[in-house]
Amino acid sequence: MVKIEAVVRPERVNPVVDALLEAGCGGYHVLNVTGKGTQQGVEVFTGRGATTAVRAALPKSVITTVVVDSLKDAVVEAIIAASKSGEEGQIGDGKIFVSPVAEVIRVRTGERDDAAL
Amino acid sequence: MDTGSIAWMLVASALVLFMTPGLAFFYGGLVRGKNVVSTVMYSFVSMGVVSVIWVLWGYSLAFGEGGAFIGNFDFLGFKDVSTESEDGIPPMLFAIFQMMFAIITPALITGAFAERFKFSTYLVFLVLWITLVYAPVAHWVWAGDGWILELGALDFAGGTVVHINAGVAAIVAAYLVGKRRGVDRGVEPHNVPFVILGAGILWFGWFGFNAGSGLAADGLAVSAFLVTNTAAATAMVVWAILGNIHTGKMSGVGAATGAVAGLVAITPAAGFVGPMGAIGVGLGAGVLTFYAVRMRHIFGFDDALEVFAVHGIGGIWGAIATGIFAVGGIGLVDGDAELLVDNVIAVLATMAYSLVATFIILKVLDVVPGLGLRAEEVDEDTGLDIALHGERAYVGDGAD
Repeated sequence: MVKIEAVVRPERVNPVVDALLEAGCGGYHVLNVTGKGTQQGVEVFTGRGATTAVRAALPKSVITTVVVDSLKDAVVEAIIAASKSGEEGQIGDGKIFVSPVAEVIRVRTGERDDAAL
Repeated sequence: MDTGSIAWMLVASALVLFMTPGLAFFYGGLVRGKNVVSTVMYSFVSMGVVSVIWVLWGYSLAFGEGGAFIGNFDFLGFKDVSTESEDGIPPMLFAIFQMMFAIITPALITGAFAERFKFSTYLVFLVLWITLVYAPVAHWVWAGDGWILELGALDFAGGTVVHINAGVAAIVAAYLVGKRRGVDRGVEPHNVPFVILGAGILWFGWFGFNAGSGLAADGLAVSAFLVTNTAAATAMVVWAILGNIHTGKMSGVGAATGAVAGLVAITPAAGFVGPMGAIGVGLGAGVLTFYAVRMRHIFGFDDALEVFAVHGIGGIWGAIATGIFAVGGIGLVDGDAELLVDNVIAVLATMAYSLVATFIILKVLDVVPGLGLRAEEVDEDTGLDIALHGERAYVGDGAD
C-alpha cells in the first residue's frame, strides 16, 4: 500500500478529487497549506497598501490518499492530468510524493490492509 | 429651522451609508474565501468614488431642475446648495441623504459579477453608471420636474431608482461578463456569519433608507419605520418556512436573504402602506424571491449573488404591491387601479433604460484597450484578492 500526497493549486482540488474517485480511490483528505517551492511566492502588501510589499508563501492544497500498490500508477497519472496547467504546465503546478504505508485499519470493522482500502 | 428633522435626517443619512459596508459583508460571506477582499472592495470603494462624483456633478444631474428627463449644472461642485432652510430640511442635507443612495446602488450590481470582474474597469464603470444611469432615473422619479413623478407613480424610497435599476443592470452584467470558471457544482458561501451580519447591518441601516425618505421627523417616519421592520420580518419567516419545506433545514443564508428581500420590496411602499399591508408586501416578497432564486439558472447567466432575483424581482413586486396596498383611497384594495398602472409604467421604463444604458456602457468598457470586463483566467483561478489587491483575507501561520 502506498500513500500518495499531491501538493496542487487550490483551484484544482475539485478536478483532482473527481479524477481520484474515477481512478478507483476509496477516499482522500484535503489540507490547505502555504508553502514555497520553485514558484517563488506572491507579493502582498504589509504596509497598509502603500508601498511595502514582501513575498509570502503561496496557498496550495495537499490531497492525500492511500491506495493498494496496483492502483498507484493510475492514480498518479490521474492526479497529473487533473492538476497540470494545460499541455505545457506552469511553475507552481505542484508535486506528488509517494511513500510506503505499513498498516491500514478500518475503524468500523477492524479490516486490515488491502481489505481496508 | 426644523432642528428635529435635521437631527433625524443626519442620522438617517449615516444609517444609509452604513448599509454599504453592510452589503460588503452580506456579499463577502457568499463568495469563496479567495475573493472576499475583492468583493468587499467593490462596495467599499463605491463610498469613495461616488461621494466625490456626487459633489462634483452627480447631485446636479439628478436633482437640478433641467426638465423631465435630466437635471442640469446648477449645482456643480455643490454650489448654491444651501445649509439653511425656512421649512423642511436644508437642501444640502437632502443632497447628503441622496448621496448615500447613490453610493449603495452600484454596489448592489457587483454581486452579479463578483469573483471575475476586473477592478480597474469597475472604477470606470462606477463613474459612467452613476452619471448616465443612476442620475437620470433618480431625476425621473424624485426630482421636482421628473416625468415619472409627474406621471403620478409613487416610489417612496427607491424601489425603481435603486433596486430595479441595479437588478436589471446586474443581469446585463452577468450576461456580458460570462460565467465564473469552475463553479458548475455550485459555490458554498465561505462565511455564513458574515452574510447574516451583513443582513443585520442592512436591516438596521434600512430604517434610515425608508423612514428617512419622508425627509422629516414626523408620523410618516414612524409609520415607515414600522412597516419596514414588519415586511423584513415577514419575508424572513416565509423564506425560513419555504426553505424548510424544500430541504428540511433552515439555512442562515436563506433567513438573511429573506429579510433583505422583504426590505427591498417595502422600499417603494414604506410611505404608503399600513402594518397589514406590510405583511402582504413581505409575504409576496418572500414567496416570489424564494422561487426566483431557485429558478435563477433559467436564463443561463451566472448572476453570482442572485442580485436580479432578490433586488430586481423584489423591487418589481414592491412597486406593484404599493399600487395594491396603498392606503388613503389610492390603492387597489380601495378599488383604485391608477397608482398600480402608473407604478407599472415606472417599472417598465426603469427596466428598459437600465438594460439598454448598462449594456452600452459595459460593451464600450469591454473594448477599450487596457480595460475589458474580465480578470485574466490565471487571476480568477488564483483569486482576485491576491491577483488584483495584493492581499489575502485569511493568512495562515505559514512560513513567510
